[in-house]
Amino acid sequence: MKHKQLICISCPIGCHLEVEYEEKLSDSGQIIHVKGNRCPKGEVYGREEVLSPKRTVTATALIHSKLQARIPVKTTAPILKELIFPLLKEIYQLNLKPPIKIGETLIKNYKNTGIDVVSTMEIFE
Amino acid sequence: MTEKKYDLVIIGGGAAGMAAADTAAEKGLKTALIEREDRLGGILNQCIHNGFGLQFFKEELTGPEYAHRFLERITKHHEVETFLGTTVMDVEIGDTKVVYGYSHKLGVIKIQTPAIILAMGSRERNRGNIGIPGSRPAGVFTAGLVQRLVNIEGYKPGESAVIIGSGDIGLIMARRLTWIGLKVKAVIEIQPYPSGLTRNIVQCLNDFDIPLYLSHVVSRIYGSDRVDGVDVTPIEEGKLNTEKTFKIECDTILLSVGLIPENELSRKFGVAINPETGGAIVDAHLMTSVEGVFSCGNVLHIHDLVDYVTEEAISAANFAFQYLDKGFESEYTLTPGNIQTHIHPKTVVKAGIFETEPSTNVKYVIPNKYNPTRENRFFMRSLIVKNNAKLVIKAGDTIIKDKRLLHVQPSEMISVTLKPKDFKNYPGGLEKLADEKLEFLIL
Repeated sequence: MKHKQLICISCPIGCHLEVEYEEKLSDSGQIIHVKGNRCPKGEVYGREEVLSPKRTVTATALIHSKLQARIPVKTTAPILKELIFPLLKEIYQLNLKPPIKIGETLIKNYKNTGIDVVSTMEIFE
Repeated sequence: MTEKKYDLVIIGGGAAGMAAADTAAEKGLKTALIEREDRLGGILNQCIHNGFGLQFFKEELTGPEYAHRFLERITKHHEVETFLGTTVMDVEIGDTKVVYGYSHKLGVIKIQTPAIILAMGSRERNRGNIGIPGSRPAGVFTAGLVQRLVNIEGYKPGESAVIIGSGDIGLIMARRLTWIGLKVKAVIEIQPYPSGLTRNIVQCLNDFDIPLYLSHVVSRIYGSDRVDGVDVTPIEEGKLNTEKTFKIECDTILLSVGLIPENELSRKFGVAINPETGGAIVDAHLMTSVEGVFSCGNVLHIHDLVDYVTEEAISAANFAFQYLDKGFESEYTLTPGNIQTHIHPKTVVKAGIFETEPSTNVKYVIPNKYNPTRENRFFMRSLIVKNNAKLVIKAGDTIIKDKRLLHVQPSEMISVTLKPKDFKNYPGGLEKLADEKLEFLIL
């Protein structure tokens, strides 16, 4: 049984988690036990962090606007850590023109993950 | 000159100002919301990362999305008139209050009002405030300034950075700079523990193997036209151990060494300031020493979570409405004339005024007064780092409440609510309670 100590990042409380897990799959699937979480999000985070760590990416993209040079964007769900830098590269290729609504999809289904990149600010001119 | 009259003037259109305006409008108050930038939102517009709104909206939002929620609410209220690109220069206190502002569109604006909410937020501590020795090359920034330059203006500030201070802004920028292609070499923290939220240490430093040097300082900055490196020195037994100084090469330095409530205007018109917080001394109604002037958000005390700013601003607007509507009638509440202007928070005040006192291991408590006949929400900060701590609230020898705190650290604000039932069994009743200070201890 392996042990990992983690701090959950799902919310600002930052519960200290203890995750017990077996590296090899057993007949009943992956054995993972998470302790120390104050809410269900912590259990999910603990499992994922050990199996396939993911992060929500927030960044900015180029926009031709009078108001500001960049528009803030985010992924609609956390993506695998190893996809972060390739995704950022694609975000930095975007070349946008107003009007852009808040929540508008700018990259759809990145590398078939089902995750989109959307705008987090409305910029009308 | 443009002359106007309102029920309420809110100075500052960031997180606090917007929430206060929304609530004031709901209560039917004709409100002027004054903001010096060309749009509402304040600092939220440049905080493109997420983590906002988990408490207030039960959703995880980015800064701009959080601001957008309030922008939408305000736009629906015809009671709120927003003055953008307008800076308040002066406030005159007399039979009524007069707020003087300058705007590039309207010129001088003179607004008469019976009530004001201060929501001006804060500014960053800079190199001059902490006096880092060395040369004065270009490339030394405060973290919030770099955040604006990167996220709004679209600049890459340099190639390699050292961040001074492990406050949240510095940590968030460590990740941001890494994601735009800089090499962040180190974060240097003077205290033996980190200043920012633990989740930010994990997702902004650990994720990128950026070293965090606790109990270290940047002792020298090098470079002629541009920064080319820093000296880093450990603190041992309370002193700099210069023999262990090492150098880190970099071309960019970010300072994340604290925020200062922006009370220049407040001081100018006589608002008494609490030296522990840098913000106004406030009573149980978030009212300052100037009658009819309330304070909330970062200008009152520096917050970690915008959700608490929103909560505090909503309270301030509700109290402002109460003040305008019926006044504060109970004999147990504070009348502002009882506060002297340069009060020290530990001064013993007249009996009958319910005062809070930060005691063992508590840096400050807001508000400075409370009203035991209704619900009170308190915000405070610990001076210590401890697991399985206990928050004890007592008056005299009687413990009013104690609460177990799994983990405390100075950078994580603590909030607690007391209700009238918590004071019901106080020996001697409210008359006796009035004689004691309400002490807050962390053990």
